[in-house]
Amino acid sequence: MNDLMSVVDWSRAQFALTAMYHWLFVPLTLGLSVIVGIMETIYFKTRSEKWLVITKFWMTLFGINFAMGVATGIILEFEFGTNWSNYSWFVGDIFGAPLAIEGLLAFFMEATFVAIMFFGWKKVSPGFHLASTWLTALGASISALWILVANAWMQYPVGMEFDPAQMRNVMDDFWAVAFSPVAIHKFLHAVFDGWVLAAVFVIGVSAWFLLKNTRRDLALKSIKVSGWVGLVGMILTLWSGDGSAVDVARVQPMKLAAMEGLYDGGRGQEIVGIGILDPSKERTDDKDPYLFKIAIPYGLSFLATHDINGFVPGINDLIEGREITAEGDTVKTVSYAERIARGKLAHEALRAFDRAMTADDEAAMESARADLKVNYPYFGYGYLDSVDEAVPPVGMTFYSFHIMVIFGSYLFLFLILAVYAVYRRPGWWNSRLLLWISILSVAVVWICSQAGWVTAEVGRQPWIIEGLMPTRAAVSAVSTASVQLTFWMFAVVFTCLLAAEAVIMIRFIGKESRTTDIDDGQPVDNNEY
Amino acid sequence: MKENRPDIPKQTSLPMRIFRFYRDGFRSMTIGRRLWLLILIKLFIIFFIFKIFFFPDILHRDYDNDRDRAAAVRSSLLDRR
Repeated sequence: MNDLMSVVDWSRAQFALTAMYHWLFVPLTLGLSVIVGIMETIYFKTRSEKWLVITKFWMTLFGINFAMGVATGIILEFEFGTNWSNYSWFVGDIFGAPLAIEGLLAFFMEATFVAIMFFGWKKVSPGFHLASTWLTALGASISALWILVANAWMQYPVGMEFDPAQMRNVMDDFWAVAFSPVAIHKFLHAVFDGWVLAAVFVIGVSAWFLLKNTRRDLALKSIKVSGWVGLVGMILTLWSGDGSAVDVARVQPMKLAAMEGLYDGGRGQEIVGIGILDPSKERTDDKDPYLFKIAIPYGLSFLATHDINGFVPGINDLIEGREITAEGDTVKTVSYAERIARGKLAHEALRAFDRAMTADDEAAMESARADLKVNYPYFGYGYLDSVDEAVPPVGMTFYSFHIMVIFGSYLFLFLILAVYAVYRRPGWWNSRLLLWISILSVAVVWICSQAGWVTAEVGRQPWIIEGLMPTRAAVSAVSTASVQLTFWMFAVVFTCLLAAEAVIMIRFIGKESRTTDIDDGQPVDNNEY
Repeated sequence: MKENRPDIPKQTSLPMRIFRFYRDGFRSMTIGRRLWLLILIKLFIIFFIFKIFFFPDILHRDYDNDRDRAAAVRSSLLDRR
């Protein structure tokens, strides 16, 4: 058991490290491609050489980031086959199909149009080049869609039927998988988050130029474009985040309860804006979960149900199967104890199916299959020994969620300030305080983005597939030592590569800061790629 | 106003034009050369070291057909606690 837990923990740590490493680059690719597309569109409309220089500068940074992120996600797919073989077999083509579509699209769209973006200046017409730039942006977003469809299915498994003979979930409704509300909101939230991240990155680099008192024209024009992209992206991130919150309340209410540290829910539930949890709080005691909090009345009810009096269940309500209807009546749903019991019945049915299959007894197989189908929605609960095992780590989920919200709110205000200053108070961009705030905000936006994923993935524990498979059942029978070895190998090798590529990016920015802005009419022959 | 025009003669066949497009593009790279070097190192490490030696597909390595793989997963999931 101890060895198994070590394998689970190390496999999770490795997956988290790889995914977080991958997510350093993906949102910047998603957002910077849009910003570069807008800049090139302005160049296409105005044919101003200044905009051509600006476009090429940010396109080069896009290229460096693209190179940094290339293939880092492939390691995740390797990990499925090695560390998570039970899981990868169990999910069957539901996971494989979106990832295959993503692989093909990413290869053909990005390989083609990225090449035209970088090699195509003077080789293809300006209109075709512009179209390629936008298609690169579109291709990057479509790639992200399929990854997020796969992730969303783990959070909200739909569109499939479990076949005990194959031991696989077989997809029976592709469209239910591809267009589940969880997938759509997740996709939109991730893409718009990328717009915000890239916008803050552009503002941060531009602020560095202004701090060095160089490339002032490039910097201010870049802030104008990226400021708007960031603001629009932030508004759309809030909108899609609202959709995600409603989804979580509906399909993963335990995650929502953990995000808020909510043990006992109710109607008209407040939302904690800033808070510190009491680490000594136990689920069943009467202690206040918070040592300190600033809360907004009715906020959580409105967020989760769009009704200020809506009922939001806490951890204890969910465990006890307590729900309150819109009319205010308390009703009993399926308690977690009952879920565990039904999960164990599902396991028994699968065992009976296995015996019948070995005996080649068709009638017994059909009978066991029918029994399994009835209790299959609770299959994962059969692995739990107590209801407390179904509660995610409340502290990590609560703090990561609140870091995301607090940093996101800060970034909203920062983007409003950046846009206001660049249009109405350009002199503010001489202020070292604003410039340093802009530079430091680059770190804030990355932390915010990563915190969102920590909330999504830690908050759904103990499940790798919600309700169907706990994380500990998903791992392969591999040794802890082998996972530890690959964990450290990945960490060392990819950190070295990341450092090498970051040096290229920083040197390029440094080199550009030592050149001067050009005037319109001055020919642009430099090709920095 | 500067007009960008395609440099590649139209009478060349399409596959040759595509080949020259990529060839000239790679030849004219500056920062890209270093990035491609790093990408190739990364791909080599991923596919020829990590994949071959450290990340085998366990079920495909240990079992010959899907029936045996399904039986192995069934057994593993029923025994797992």
